[in-house]
Amino acid sequence: MAAAAELKLLEKSLGLSKGNKYSAQGERQIPVLQTNNGPSLTGLTTIATHLVKQANKEHLLGSTAEEKAMVQQWLEYRVTRVDGHSNKENTHALLKDLNSYLEDKVYLTGYNLTLADILLYYGLHRFIVDLTVQEKEKYLNVSRWFCHIQHYPGIRQHLSSVVFIKNRLYSSSH
Amino acid sequence: MRLFVSEGAPGSLPVLVAAGRAQGRAELQVRAVGPEECVVPFLTQPKLPVLQLDSGNYLFSTSAICRYFFLLSGWEADDLTNQWLEWEATELQPALSAALYYLVVQGKKGEDVLGPLGRALTHIDHSLSRQNCPFLAGETESLADIVLWGALYPLLQDPAYLPEELGALRSWFQTLSAQEPCQRAAETVLKQQGVLALRPYLQKQPQPSPPESRAVSNEPEEEELATLSEEEIAAAVTAWEKGLENLPPLRPQQNPVLPVAGDRNVLITSALPYVNNVPHLGNIIGCVLSADVFARYSRLRQWNTLYLCGTDEYGTATETKAMEEGLTPQEICDKYHVIHADIYRWFNISFDTFGRTTTAQQTKITQDIFQRLLARGFILQDTVEQLRCERCARFLADRFVEGVCPFCGYEEARGDQCDKCGKLINAIELKKPQCKVCRSCPVVRSSQHLFLDLPKLEKRLEEWLGKTLPGSNWTPNARFIIRSWLRDGLKPRCITRDLKWGTPVPLEGFEDKVFYVWFDATIGYLSITANYTDQWERWWKNPEQVDLYQFMAKDNVPFHGLVFPCSALGAEDNYTLVKYLIATEYLNYEDGKFSKSRGVGVFGDMAQDTEIPADIWRFYLLYIRPEGQDSAFSWTDMLLKNNSELLNNLGNFINRAGMFVSKFFGGCVPEMVLNPDDQRLLAHITLELRHYHQLLEKVRIRDALRSILTVSRHGNQYIQVNEPWKRIKGSEADRQRAGTVTGMAVNIAALLSVMLQPYMPTVSATIQAQLQLPRPACSVLPTDFLCTLPAGHQIGTVSPLFQKLENDQIESLKQRFGGQAKVSPNPAVVETVTTAGQQQIQTLTDEVAKQGNVVRELKAQKADKNQVAAEVAKLLDLKKQLALAEGRPLETPKGKKTK
Repeated sequence: MAAAAELKLLEKSLGLSKGNKYSAQGERQIPVLQTNNGPSLTGLTTIATHLVKQANKEHLLGSTAEEKAMVQQWLEYRVTRVDGHSNKENTHALLKDLNSYLEDKVYLTGYNLTLADILLYYGLHRFIVDLTVQEKEKYLNVSRWFCHIQHYPGIRQHLSSVVFIKNRLYSSSH
Repeated sequence: MRLFVSEGAPGSLPVLVAAGRAQGRAELQVRAVGPEECVVPFLTQPKLPVLQLDSGNYLFSTSAICRYFFLLSGWEADDLTNQWLEWEATELQPALSAALYYLVVQGKKGEDVLGPLGRALTHIDHSLSRQNCPFLAGETESLADIVLWGALYPLLQDPAYLPEELGALRSWFQTLSAQEPCQRAAETVLKQQGVLALRPYLQKQPQPSPPESRAVSNEPEEEELATLSEEEIAAAVTAWEKGLENLPPLRPQQNPVLPVAGDRNVLITSALPYVNNVPHLGNIIGCVLSADVFARYSRLRQWNTLYLCGTDEYGTATETKAMEEGLTPQEICDKYHVIHADIYRWFNISFDTFGRTTTAQQTKITQDIFQRLLARGFILQDTVEQLRCERCARFLADRFVEGVCPFCGYEEARGDQCDKCGKLINAIELKKPQCKVCRSCPVVRSSQHLFLDLPKLEKRLEEWLGKTLPGSNWTPNARFIIRSWLRDGLKPRCITRDLKWGTPVPLEGFEDKVFYVWFDATIGYLSITANYTDQWERWWKNPEQVDLYQFMAKDNVPFHGLVFPCSALGAEDNYTLVKYLIATEYLNYEDGKFSKSRGVGVFGDMAQDTEIPADIWRFYLLYIRPEGQDSAFSWTDMLLKNNSELLNNLGNFINRAGMFVSKFFGGCVPEMVLNPDDQRLLAHITLELRHYHQLLEKVRIRDALRSILTVSRHGNQYIQVNEPWKRIKGSEADRQRAGTVTGMAVNIAALLSVMLQPYMPTVSATIQAQLQLPRPACSVLPTDFLCTLPAGHQIGTVSPLFQKLENDQIESLKQRFGGQAKVSPNPAVVETVTTAGQQQIQTLTDEVAKQGNVVRELKAQKADKNQVAAEVAKLLDLKKQLALAEGRPLETPKGKKTK
């Protein structure tokens, strides 16, 4: 998903009515937002954070110092680790780490949905769609989290809904 | 909370500085762990530093840890900081970790390390200077500064890696580095070992994949069309309409060229090629051709320009070569000087003078500088242990001794270097040394020599560099080389040699010694000028009025940037010193190196025999000019660039523009009525032209060539969109539109012919003759795009400019120059052949005759072209071997046979 398209999705999820215009920069097509009052902003997470503030939904950025730092850490993870690699091996290493992180968690940070969940969900969508049933079961915690976020009101938009099977088929693998 | 750090982990730097912010807000324990310890339970790869919070959560991102400390102190995030941190993580870190890995783990240096970082460092510098703030996110130091400073500190704390030309970055970095918390963190992490302190950590890291760097090429990038303001468009239209009137007056030709007070006086030198070898393509692009482009450009700007070069003729290699060929050194020089001059003439190099170093002026000027240095106490005497041949009664300079390599046991190692293992050798370390002349065993004797006292001159040099370097256009590799020499400290340099072929040393007790090239080769520029005009001092002792540009490959930088300036500063005679030192990297041949001895690569004299015109060679060499990093000559790529860029882009556009004028308007430039689209195009071309000027003013020759191709691409698009060939058959309005488009196009072609002049002088002249471009417009390139072919102008006959290069043609050239080590002669073989005598010559004569028959037969049968070409190549090769065996000069295979 091109970054500009993703930001459009986010705008809708946040309930921002006025659509912003995005351009793209360089080989990696980094998004650029021209703001009305001031210089342009560059970078997916920078713009996303800006949009959240624009929509007056600062709670999505975390409320305590700890949460705020954690949200930004996972946003960085998203643009460096999730976007950085595309080969299969790396994807699996990444899912393995996330799976073990999410073992005792509902959301990435704290007890509420944050921008980190939204952007990680958008970023992972293209990988999760292609997982086999067995793989989804292997990364059970990721699947549970992903399924939860995609059903969170207003997040998924036009993205395809990924099907997860409730009953385990491969109990031996776990 | 607990902070886990590891020895040598670069992330510790910003984290320790940021931790200072949170002091008193929370209790912090710092714990050191091994670089491979997995502190964070859910991450497979170890990552350090890590902050474990009291809640049990982990922060494993360096920026996030720093951010947390800042948040604790009551700071609030803002867009600009977020943007810098995101940029740091996605752009800077990949490049930086590659750079640190190259430097610390792989021991690479210089451009290899800085190369991948160039863009990122420039980005910081530009942002700082554009926003006019001392810090990244405003007037005070903040999170972004700490994170970026901490990332960059291990590398940039070494002054050699802090680019001088990036002034804003420098002062930002130095301000932060001077602060107490930063200094303390730096001491804790780097322990005064510099960047090597990171080794224990980086060694354990997987090798980072190099960030996608832009390869050395002129491939068109996706071009973002700049947005133009109304004013810019209006200004472009006004300039265009004034046309030829807008041209500045032409500078009258003078001979000799001398500096003129109040004018820009540009003195250009190209490194003096060593006389005893035929230059290869790398030598040609490295200095002579690059300097030629700039000299031609400089003349187009109407700057008062003198371009000089010549052959460097003194030294051991000449003496050795003379012995090999059975000639005197003077004869060798005379012979090869002509070869060099011929090659450069063929390549259309526009020297104002091409001289040589074996002249009376050279002796006079060198001795004068030496006497002045001696009188001022900058010359030392010392004893050097050297090999001396008792039978020949002389000391043996490096190449006059051969023996067994002390490192690898190779039997024929030379006195300065072993050809097998490549190690540098001190001649007295050779085992079983032999005098190359008489083969007797030399003895070790001490010999008196003179040294230039560089340490004593170092302060003056630094003072001069301090004034010259900042903001100047020295290439980064030149700055780097000079900086690393200075950092290692200068040592006295021996400037005399026990030779006969050189400038005599005017000092008692040194009658049988001469000056070493270290000292006198660069003085060659002065003596060559002195032979050109007796008023040479107006160029060389005139630093206020003269801008000196020196072109060379990077191995020559120390002589030009250090040794000569030291001599000149010590001589205290107001010499003109280099203002722009332009050094190229190396050009490789296909995947390897050019090698005369292995017959690999194309050498200057052979380029003529390929039937590819000189301008095509010039174009391709300049297109791949090793600017900023090494590049490689490739036949296939040459074919591709010729057929795509020259034939399909540039040639196609210029030819179409001219053809439309001839075919549709009887050769008479039609009336032009510009609509807003045309005006916008005018402004775009003006912009690209300005860009071309900016690049060439900075001597970025390869990049400026891209501007030319971009203008031509604009032109092609313009014709394609407006379809004058259709409109000419339409209504009155359509026909007028066709006229405007054709008129614009042919004027763009005229502009291109002038922009192209420095690169392809012959093609440029051909276009100008075809278009009948008025004389003044041919010799000046203004900064605006002018209408130089007004309505009513009659053009000449238009014909295609370029020829397609065919695959089989290129394949056979590839074969011919591929270095078939078995058949092609190498000097060692040649020697044995000469001594092997008649028998060998007879065998070769027979083979030539036999191969000659094969070729004749094939031709008679009208055999396949490729097959004939291959057999002909074999024949030529045999003839060459025969010529060498008989000691005849090489006959060029084509053209010159009809004597």
